[in-house]
Amino acid sequence: MTRGERHAGAHPRPGSVTLAVGLRQSWRGLTSMRTALVLLFALALAAVPGSVLPQRPLNPFAVDRFLGEHSIAGPIYDRLGFFDTFAAPWFVGLYLLICVSLVGCLTPRIRLHARALAARPPRPPRSFARLPRTASVTTTLPPAEVAAAVRRRLRARRWRTETRVHDDGATSVSAEKGYARETGNLVFHLAILGVIAGVAVGALLGYEGRAIVVEGTGFTNTAVAYDELDPSRLGGAADLAPFSLVLDDFDADYTDGGQPTDFRADVRYAEGFDEPRRRTTLRVNHPLSVAGSRVYLLAHGYAPHIVVRDKDGRVVYDEVTPFLPQDGSFLSTGVIKVPDVSPGLPQIGVRAAFLPTVDLTRDGRLFSGFPDARAPAVSFEAFAGDLGLDAGLPQNVYELDTRGMVRTGGGFLLPGETSGPLAGGATMTFVGFREWANVQVARDPGQRIVLVSAVLALAGLMTSLRVRRRRIWARVIAGPGGTLVEVGGLPRRNVEAFASEFDRLVAELREHLPPAPREPAAPQPTADAVPVSDVRDSREAP
Amino acid sequence: MPVDQGLAELSDTLLLVAVLCYAVAMIGYAADWAFGRPLSLRPIAGGATDTLPASWTQTTGRLGAAHPRRGAAVGAAAVALTVLGWVVHAASLTTRGLAVERVPWGNMYEFSSAVCLAAVTGYLCLLYRQPVRHLGAIVMLPVIVYLGIAGTLLYAPASPLVPALNSYWLKIHVAAAAIATGIFMIGFTTTVLYLVQDARERRGRGGVNEQSRMPSVSSGGRMPSAASLDAVAYSLTAFAFPVWTFAVIAGAVWAEAAWGRYWGWDPKETWAFITWVLYAGYLHARPLPRWHGRRAAGVAVVAFVALMFCYFGVNLWISGLHSYAGV
Repeated sequence: MTRGERHAGAHPRPGSVTLAVGLRQSWRGLTSMRTALVLLFALALAAVPGSVLPQRPLNPFAVDRFLGEHSIAGPIYDRLGFFDTFAAPWFVGLYLLICVSLVGCLTPRIRLHARALAARPPRPPRSFARLPRTASVTTTLPPAEVAAAVRRRLRARRWRTETRVHDDGATSVSAEKGYARETGNLVFHLAILGVIAGVAVGALLGYEGRAIVVEGTGFTNTAVAYDELDPSRLGGAADLAPFSLVLDDFDADYTDGGQPTDFRADVRYAEGFDEPRRRTTLRVNHPLSVAGSRVYLLAHGYAPHIVVRDKDGRVVYDEVTPFLPQDGSFLSTGVIKVPDVSPGLPQIGVRAAFLPTVDLTRDGRLFSGFPDARAPAVSFEAFAGDLGLDAGLPQNVYELDTRGMVRTGGGFLLPGETSGPLAGGATMTFVGFREWANVQVARDPGQRIVLVSAVLALAGLMTSLRVRRRRIWARVIAGPGGTLVEVGGLPRRNVEAFASEFDRLVAELREHLPPAPREPAAPQPTADAVPVSDVRDSREAP
Repeated sequence: MPVDQGLAELSDTLLLVAVLCYAVAMIGYAADWAFGRPLSLRPIAGGATDTLPASWTQTTGRLGAAHPRRGAAVGAAAVALTVLGWVVHAASLTTRGLAVERVPWGNMYEFSSAVCLAAVTGYLCLLYRQPVRHLGAIVMLPVIVYLGIAGTLLYAPASPLVPALNSYWLKIHVAAAAIATGIFMIGFTTTVLYLVQDARERRGRGGVNEQSRMPSVSSGGRMPSAASLDAVAYSLTAFAFPVWTFAVIAGAVWAEAAWGRYWGWDPKETWAFITWVLYAGYLHARPLPRWHGRRAAGVAVVAFVALMFCYFGVNLWISGLHSYAGV
């Protein structure tokens, strides 16, 4: 963790500042912990504009609105990439730098840890007096057997041990535990790299699109069928897996207060270009898997069936047009554009609202009282003139450009009713309505990599935060009153938890070693090295 | 799904009782803190630590100021009231769940209540293991404020879930988020207390004499040492961070099932990410010699502010996919 601190003092000798040294310096700088920290904080800060400003990939209309309202700040933010923060070069650069820093930091640590795993636990310290936990046991067993017993105890508790024989005739057992801490730490950081790799795979090979499907109509997984499509960056639209589905029926349930409780879309589907026959029900939180893609139910709404006839009764418009819900009461708005009425007559445009449960306010205005279609009605405003379609510019199908038009009237229709003349004798009939479902189709081949990496990261994280490195040494030496075992322990942090573990081990040793008849004369406990067992005894005695 | 109005009203009443218990407990803790005097200058309980060099004790995490004191009765009563408040609080959440026949963390009001229950649970667990009663007053304060906001500004009548929330991931993802937030909350409280105590110690009024490790005569003598507060704050954060990580992962899995992508930089997701990165920064900063102490604590405070924004700010000011969570 403190690599950077170690390198901080490594200055190049004067006069030897070559390119190679410069590069090495900047590499060390980049892989130091301090730099990693600064990069992390920068990443957190960089994500902020992505949450407080509207984002193009999520809501392009909101971005346009923002640009319209902020004539000075808007273009500056736009230039800085604030409206697509998470794809902005500086954001991508930042997390790539973090990746490089991580790799640079992890590589030497993996090497060191591999070496530590292969190494033997270190020799015992000359004196146990400075160790935070100490104890001693005296027994009648010969030293060699005692050392073996100590080792067996420790190994049974999964300590790594090493037995050494010293010049003074003593046998020592060194034990170490808690290597999993560093292993977990490394797994966590490698898994974070795995998450980033999985995200990259998904961004390059995955696709995502949304389409509105009206009851009774179908959807084929081709680029033209989508209202919005974000195709895969490597494969393009050719990557779309062939499948088709038909929406037979859509249902929504509501509480009496109008709060939705369930949405169901009954669909038939098939892989390839077969006739869709297999039936299933799409619900929120329950997507459909087909041909390697997943189909999700995102939203729903109403599509009124409108027929427009010219003055001779000839049908010039007959469509089920999806309207967009505006609020929880599902008051939905939409636009009807009738470009070809009759030769010589103006084009007709209608701005309309669909009210699922029509009601009147006290002052006589229409509103929708309930989201379910209990008493549907359409209110409208008609315009005549030039729809502006001939300019060849793409138009939003949910908006009517009335600059070249005049308002000719408005009204209110119940199902089956026909309006009075709109313009040039044309009339409009509200035949009925159907419901529509907004489905999202997505495939993300990086998803599994991300999930597995995330789970590994969590496991590694928990291991590295829970496990503590700790060492125990036992020195076994033959003495006048029997064999003396001195035990000392050194934890890294968390002395509390280690103390009870240490005491348990010592108590176990006492149980398994036959005690010596007399108390040992040595060693005398010094002032700052009271054997743990004694302290415990004195506390337990009232 | 019908809503049992009787149970829902009972739940509201119980929450009010719980807040009252906590408020009285807080006053008790404060009285304990202000009027309790050390009866004797006995060394820290737990003998073994006395034999350790100072550098060891500083990182043990045990708060060394457990003296039998005159105010002890008030303090014990405060703890008893906290436990009572906790039981009533848990009952409030349970009855709410029974009233609507689902898990009781489906909107901001219920979530806030769950967060506070997690915070008090965390505090009581900590109290069981370590003598941290001194933290009581300052732990209760944000809990009461948070519950107060929940019960007034965020209050939502008992109602069933919108379809998007109707998933077993609600149980997992939101429960993990509530637990993590509650523990982060007491971690934050301890961090603030650490910063205050650290400033006092720097001005030489810290109350803990480094040589003898005895409390001084000033009121600060009843404050745990800055180092031990820092250690407690760290262990709380180190506990909550993996839980938060799990909450984010579970949220991503749910998002995949509900919206067709596991991550979409929705404002809630973005702020969960920012919070995660900042707490990760804190955990990385703390072992560094130049960051240890006040600078790392500063990072933890900023991280908690981000967490609060992730919760209140995103739900109240920014519209996104999580806005249905219901104010």
